[in-house]
Amino acid sequence: MPVNPDLVGRTYPPAETYTVGREAIREFARAVQAGHPAHHDVEAARSLGHADLVAPPTFAIVVAQRADAALIADPEAGIDFSRVVHADQRFTHHRPIVAGDELVAELHVDQVRAMGSGAMVTSRAEIRTVEGEPVATTVSSLLVRGEDQ
Amino acid sequence: MTVAFDSLEKGQQIGERRIELSRADLVRYAGASGDLNPIHWNEEFARAVDLPDVIAHGMLTMGAAVQLVTDWAGDPGAVVDYQTRFTKPVVVPNRFGTAVEASTVLTVTGKIGALDDDARTVRVDLTVTAPDLSAEGADPATAAQLKVLVKAQAVVQLA
Repeated sequence: MPVNPDLVGRTYPPAETYTVGREAIREFARAVQAGHPAHHDVEAARSLGHADLVAPPTFAIVVAQRADAALIADPEAGIDFSRVVHADQRFTHHRPIVAGDELVAELHVDQVRAMGSGAMVTSRAEIRTVEGEPVATTVSSLLVRGEDQ
Repeated sequence: MTVAFDSLEKGQQIGERRIELSRADLVRYAGASGDLNPIHWNEEFARAVDLPDVIAHGMLTMGAAVQLVTDWAGDPGAVVDYQTRFTKPVVVPNRFGTAVEASTVLTVTGKIGALDDDARTVRVDLTVTAPDLSAEGADPATAAQLKVLVKAQAVVQLA
Protein backbone atom coordinates (compact mmCIF):
# COMPACT_ATOMS: atom_id res chain seq x y z
CA MET A 1 0.00 0.00 0.00
CA PRO A 2 1.45 3.43 -0.88
CA VAL A 3 1.96 6.16 1.70
CA ASN A 4 -1.24 8.11 2.32
CA PRO A 5 -0.80 11.75 1.10
CA ASP A 6 -3.62 12.86 3.41
CA LEU A 7 -1.28 12.36 6.38
CA VAL A 8 -0.03 15.95 6.01
CA GLY A 9 -1.17 18.06 8.94
CA ARG A 10 -1.99 15.06 11.06
CA THR A 11 -0.94 15.21 14.72
CA TYR A 12 -0.32 12.32 17.08
CA PRO A 13 -0.74 13.30 20.73
CA PRO A 14 1.87 12.38 23.35
CA ALA A 15 1.75 8.78 24.48
CA GLU A 16 3.49 7.82 27.70
CA THR A 17 5.86 10.14 29.60
CA TYR A 18 9.57 9.47 29.08
CA THR A 19 11.56 9.92 32.31
CA VAL A 20 15.21 10.66 31.56
CA GLY A 21 17.37 8.52 33.83
CA ARG A 22 21.06 8.91 34.62
CA GLU A 23 21.87 5.38 33.50
CA ALA A 24 19.98 5.90 30.24
CA ILE A 25 22.14 8.98 29.54
CA ARG A 26 25.33 7.09 30.43
CA GLU A 27 24.36 4.11 28.26
CA PHE A 28 23.41 6.30 25.31
CA ALA A 29 26.65 8.29 25.69
CA ARG A 30 28.69 5.06 25.70
CA ALA A 31 26.80 3.87 22.61
CA VAL A 32 27.74 7.02 20.65
CA GLN A 33 31.26 6.93 22.13
CA ALA A 34 30.74 10.24 23.94
CA GLY A 35 33.27 10.51 26.72
CA HIS A 36 32.52 14.05 27.88
CA PRO A 37 32.36 14.00 31.72
CA ALA A 38 29.04 15.94 31.74
CA HIS A 39 27.33 12.77 30.40
CA HIS A 40 28.79 10.53 33.10
CA ASP A 41 29.71 12.47 36.24
CA VAL A 42 27.02 14.48 38.05
CA GLU A 43 29.55 16.85 39.64
CA ALA A 44 31.11 17.60 36.25
CA ALA A 45 27.68 18.40 34.83
CA ARG A 46 26.83 20.65 37.80
CA SER A 47 30.14 22.50 37.49
CA LEU A 48 28.99 23.54 33.99
CA GLY A 49 25.74 24.86 35.47
CA HIS A 50 23.47 21.91 34.62
CA ALA A 51 21.02 20.47 37.13
CA ASP A 52 22.15 16.88 36.49
CA LEU A 53 23.82 14.69 33.83
CA VAL A 54 23.47 16.25 30.35
CA ALA A 55 22.19 14.08 27.51
CA PRO A 56 24.23 13.93 24.28
CA PRO A 57 22.93 16.22 21.48
CA THR A 58 21.15 13.36 19.67
CA PHE A 59 19.56 11.74 22.75
CA ALA A 60 16.20 13.33 21.87
CA ILE A 61 15.90 10.76 19.08
CA VAL A 62 14.96 8.19 21.73
CA VAL A 63 11.92 10.26 22.67
CA ALA A 64 11.17 11.26 19.06
CA GLN A 65 11.28 7.69 17.73
CA ARG A 66 8.74 6.61 20.34
CA ALA A 67 6.47 9.31 18.92
CA ASP A 68 7.27 8.16 15.34
CA ALA A 69 6.08 4.69 16.31
CA ALA A 70 2.52 6.01 16.51
CA LEU A 71 2.74 7.20 12.91
CA ILE A 72 4.38 4.04 11.60
CA ALA A 73 1.86 1.86 13.42
CA ASP A 74 -1.09 3.86 12.07
CA PRO A 75 -2.79 1.52 9.57
CA GLU A 76 -4.04 4.55 7.60
CA ALA A 77 -0.48 5.83 7.06
CA GLY A 78 0.61 3.00 4.77
CA ILE A 79 4.25 3.01 5.93
CA ASP A 80 6.08 -0.33 5.55
CA PHE A 81 8.80 -0.06 8.20
CA SER A 82 11.01 -2.67 6.50
CA ARG A 83 11.30 -0.30 3.51
CA VAL A 84 12.09 2.85 5.51
CA VAL A 85 15.42 4.66 5.05
CA HIS A 86 16.36 7.59 7.29
CA ALA A 87 17.02 10.49 4.88
CA ASP A 88 17.69 13.44 7.15
CA GLN A 89 17.48 14.54 10.75
CA ARG A 90 17.57 17.79 12.67
CA PHE A 91 17.59 18.61 16.39
CA THR A 92 16.86 22.05 17.78
CA HIS A 93 17.41 22.29 21.51
CA HIS A 94 15.47 24.94 23.41
CA ARG A 95 17.46 23.84 26.44
CA PRO A 96 19.66 20.78 27.17
CA ILE A 97 17.96 17.54 28.22
CA VAL A 98 19.13 16.53 31.70
CA ALA A 99 18.56 13.53 33.95
CA GLY A 100 15.32 13.85 35.86
CA ASP A 101 13.39 15.46 32.99
CA GLU A 102 9.91 14.08 32.39
CA LEU A 103 9.27 14.48 28.68
CA VAL A 104 6.35 14.10 26.30
CA ALA A 105 6.43 14.35 22.51
CA GLU A 106 3.70 15.45 20.14
CA LEU A 107 4.22 14.35 16.54
CA HIS A 108 3.24 16.43 13.50
CA VAL A 109 3.34 15.22 9.90
CA ASP A 110 4.64 18.25 7.98
CA GLN A 111 5.17 16.88 4.47
CA VAL A 112 4.52 13.82 2.29
CA ARG A 113 6.26 13.96 -1.08
CA ALA A 114 5.95 11.28 -3.79
CA MET A 115 9.36 9.89 -4.81
CA GLY A 116 8.86 7.53 -7.74
CA SER A 117 6.81 4.65 -6.39
CA GLY A 118 7.77 5.60 -2.83
CA ALA A 119 7.41 8.69 -0.66
CA MET A 120 9.38 11.02 1.60
CA VAL A 121 7.60 11.62 4.91
CA THR A 122 8.75 14.54 7.05
CA SER A 123 7.62 14.55 10.66
CA ARG A 124 8.35 16.88 13.57
CA ALA A 125 8.31 15.97 17.24
CA GLU A 126 7.74 18.78 19.72
CA ILE A 127 9.30 17.60 22.97
CA ARG A 128 8.21 19.32 26.16
CA THR A 129 8.32 18.66 29.87
CA VAL A 130 5.09 17.40 31.43
CA GLU A 131 4.67 20.98 32.73
CA GLY A 132 4.73 22.25 29.12
CA GLU A 133 8.21 23.80 28.94
CA PRO A 134 9.62 23.43 25.37
CA VAL A 135 12.80 21.31 25.42
CA ALA A 136 13.57 20.17 21.86
CA THR A 137 12.16 20.06 18.34
CA THR A 138 13.24 17.19 16.12
CA VAL A 139 12.54 16.93 12.40
CA SER A 140 13.01 13.63 10.55
CA SER A 141 12.54 12.69 6.93
CA LEU A 142 11.94 9.05 6.21
CA LEU A 143 12.16 7.70 2.68
CA VAL A 144 9.66 4.88 2.27
CA ARG A 145 10.99 2.92 -0.70
CA GLY A 146 8.48 1.70 -3.26
CA GLU A 147 8.43 -1.93 -4.36
CA ASP A 148 11.01 -1.41 -7.12
CA GLN A 149 13.33 0.98 -5.21
CA MET B 1 33.68 27.29 28.33
CA THR B 2 37.11 26.91 26.78
CA VAL B 3 36.36 28.49 23.39
CA ALA B 4 36.46 32.30 23.11
CA PHE B 5 34.03 33.53 20.45
CA ASP B 6 36.21 36.48 19.45
CA SER B 7 39.17 34.22 18.65
CA LEU B 8 37.26 32.26 15.98
CA GLU B 9 37.42 32.69 12.23
CA LYS B 10 35.39 31.20 9.42
CA GLY B 11 37.21 28.29 7.82
CA GLN B 12 39.19 27.44 10.96
CA GLN B 13 39.58 23.68 11.59
CA ILE B 14 38.45 22.37 14.96
CA GLY B 15 40.12 18.96 14.72
CA GLU B 16 39.70 15.38 13.63
CA ARG B 17 38.31 12.27 15.27
CA ARG B 18 38.39 8.61 14.19
CA ILE B 19 35.61 6.37 15.43
CA GLU B 20 36.01 2.61 15.11
CA LEU B 21 32.84 0.57 14.75
CA SER B 22 32.22 -3.12 15.32
CA ARG B 23 29.05 -5.19 15.10
CA ALA B 24 28.98 -5.03 18.92
CA ASP B 25 28.84 -1.22 18.73
CA LEU B 26 25.73 -1.51 16.55
CA VAL B 27 24.07 -3.83 19.03
CA ARG B 28 24.99 -1.46 21.87
CA TYR B 29 23.43 1.46 19.99
CA ALA B 30 20.33 -0.58 19.16
CA GLY B 31 19.87 -1.31 22.86
CA ALA B 32 20.58 2.21 24.07
CA SER B 33 18.33 3.89 21.49
CA GLY B 34 15.55 1.33 21.25
CA ASP B 35 16.00 1.15 17.43
CA LEU B 36 15.95 -2.60 16.87
CA ASN B 37 15.63 -2.54 13.06
CA PRO B 38 17.32 -5.83 12.02
CA ILE B 39 19.22 -4.18 9.12
CA HIS B 40 21.64 -3.07 11.86
CA TRP B 41 22.43 -6.51 13.26
CA ASN B 42 21.11 -9.28 10.98
CA GLU B 43 23.04 -9.85 7.77
CA GLU B 44 20.43 -12.08 6.17
CA PHE B 45 17.70 -9.54 6.76
CA ALA B 46 19.87 -6.68 5.46
CA ARG B 47 20.60 -8.53 2.22
CA ALA B 48 16.93 -9.45 1.82
CA VAL B 49 16.06 -5.75 1.66
CA ASP B 50 18.80 -5.15 -0.96
CA LEU B 51 21.49 -3.74 1.33
CA PRO B 52 25.08 -4.94 0.75
CA ASP B 53 25.50 -6.05 4.39
CA VAL B 54 24.64 -4.92 7.92
CA ILE B 55 24.80 -1.11 8.12
CA ALA B 56 25.24 1.26 11.06
CA HIS B 57 22.27 3.27 12.30
CA GLY B 58 22.42 6.69 10.65
CA MET B 59 21.75 8.05 14.12
CA LEU B 60 24.82 6.24 15.49
CA THR B 61 27.01 7.96 12.89
CA MET B 62 25.32 11.30 13.54
CA GLY B 63 25.55 10.88 17.32
CA ALA B 64 29.20 9.81 17.31
CA ALA B 65 30.32 12.52 14.86
CA VAL B 66 29.07 15.41 17.01
CA GLN B 67 31.40 14.49 19.87
CA LEU B 68 34.15 16.33 18.01
CA VAL B 69 32.06 19.49 18.48
CA THR B 70 31.04 18.72 22.06
CA ASP B 71 34.61 18.14 23.18
CA TRP B 72 35.82 21.26 21.37
CA ALA B 73 33.04 23.41 22.87
CA GLY B 74 33.64 22.05 26.37
CA ASP B 75 29.94 21.66 27.17
CA PRO B 76 27.53 19.23 25.45
CA GLY B 77 24.67 21.53 26.44
CA ALA B 78 26.09 24.24 24.15
CA VAL B 79 25.00 22.41 20.97
CA VAL B 80 21.70 24.18 20.27
CA ASP B 81 21.05 22.84 16.76
CA TYR B 82 22.39 19.84 14.84
CA GLN B 83 21.32 18.53 11.47
CA THR B 84 22.46 16.21 8.71
CA ARG B 85 21.44 14.32 5.61
CA PHE B 86 22.28 10.64 5.38
CA THR B 87 23.73 9.96 1.94
CA LYS B 88 25.57 6.62 2.00
CA PRO B 89 25.20 3.69 4.36
CA VAL B 90 28.10 2.78 6.67
CA VAL B 91 28.67 -0.93 6.02
CA VAL B 92 29.89 -2.80 9.12
CA PRO B 93 31.12 -6.27 8.08
CA ASN B 94 31.31 -9.19 10.48
CA ARG B 95 34.78 -9.44 12.00
CA PHE B 96 35.51 -11.86 14.76
CA GLY B 97 38.93 -12.97 15.94
CA THR B 98 38.90 -14.05 19.56
CA ALA B 99 36.20 -11.44 20.15
CA VAL B 100 34.11 -9.03 18.10
CA GLU B 101 36.49 -6.59 16.44
CA ALA B 102 36.05 -3.20 14.77
CA SER B 103 35.57 -3.65 11.03
CA THR B 104 35.26 -0.05 9.86
CA VAL B 105 36.21 3.43 10.97
CA LEU B 106 34.53 6.81 10.60
CA THR B 107 36.73 9.85 10.03
CA VAL B 108 35.25 13.12 11.28
CA THR B 109 36.67 16.57 10.65
CA GLY B 110 35.11 19.91 11.50
CA LYS B 111 35.60 23.48 10.45
CA ILE B 112 33.87 26.72 11.28
CA GLY B 113 31.24 27.43 8.63
CA ALA B 114 29.64 30.59 10.00
CA LEU B 115 29.74 32.97 12.96
CA ASP B 116 26.77 34.98 14.22
CA ASP B 117 28.10 37.98 16.14
CA ASP B 118 24.70 38.97 17.57
CA ALA B 119 23.64 35.56 18.79
CA ARG B 120 27.24 34.55 19.64
CA THR B 121 26.72 31.24 17.93
CA VAL B 122 29.15 29.36 15.73
CA ARG B 123 28.20 26.86 13.07
CA VAL B 124 30.58 23.92 12.76
CA ASP B 125 30.45 22.03 9.46
CA LEU B 126 31.39 18.38 9.79
CA THR B 127 32.81 16.11 7.11
CA VAL B 128 32.21 12.44 7.91
CA THR B 129 33.59 9.64 5.75
CA ALA B 130 33.73 5.85 5.92
CA PRO B 131 35.39 3.30 3.61
CA ASP B 132 33.19 1.79 0.89
CA LEU B 133 32.87 -1.79 2.14
CA SER B 134 29.85 -2.69 0.01
CA ALA B 135 31.90 -5.28 -1.94
CA GLU B 136 32.53 -8.49 0.01
CA GLY B 137 36.07 -8.71 1.41
CA ALA B 138 36.84 -5.03 0.73
CA ASP B 139 39.82 -3.74 2.72
CA PRO B 140 38.95 -0.72 4.91
CA ALA B 141 42.53 0.56 4.61
CA THR B 142 42.42 0.86 0.82
CA ALA B 143 38.69 1.19 0.01
CA ALA B 144 37.47 4.51 -1.37
CA GLN B 145 36.26 6.94 1.30
CA LEU B 146 32.57 7.84 0.98
CA LYS B 147 30.90 10.91 2.45
CA VAL B 148 28.27 9.30 4.65
CA LEU B 149 26.81 12.52 6.07
CA VAL B 150 26.14 15.62 3.99
CA LYS B 151 25.32 19.10 5.29
CA ALA B 152 26.20 17.94 8.80
CA GLN B 153 26.08 21.20 10.75
CA ALA B 154 26.15 21.83 14.48
CA VAL B 155 25.37 25.25 15.95
CA VAL B 156 27.14 25.99 19.24
CA GLN B 157 26.08 28.71 21.65
CA LEU B 158 29.08 30.44 23.21
CA ALA B 159 29.01 32.72 26.23
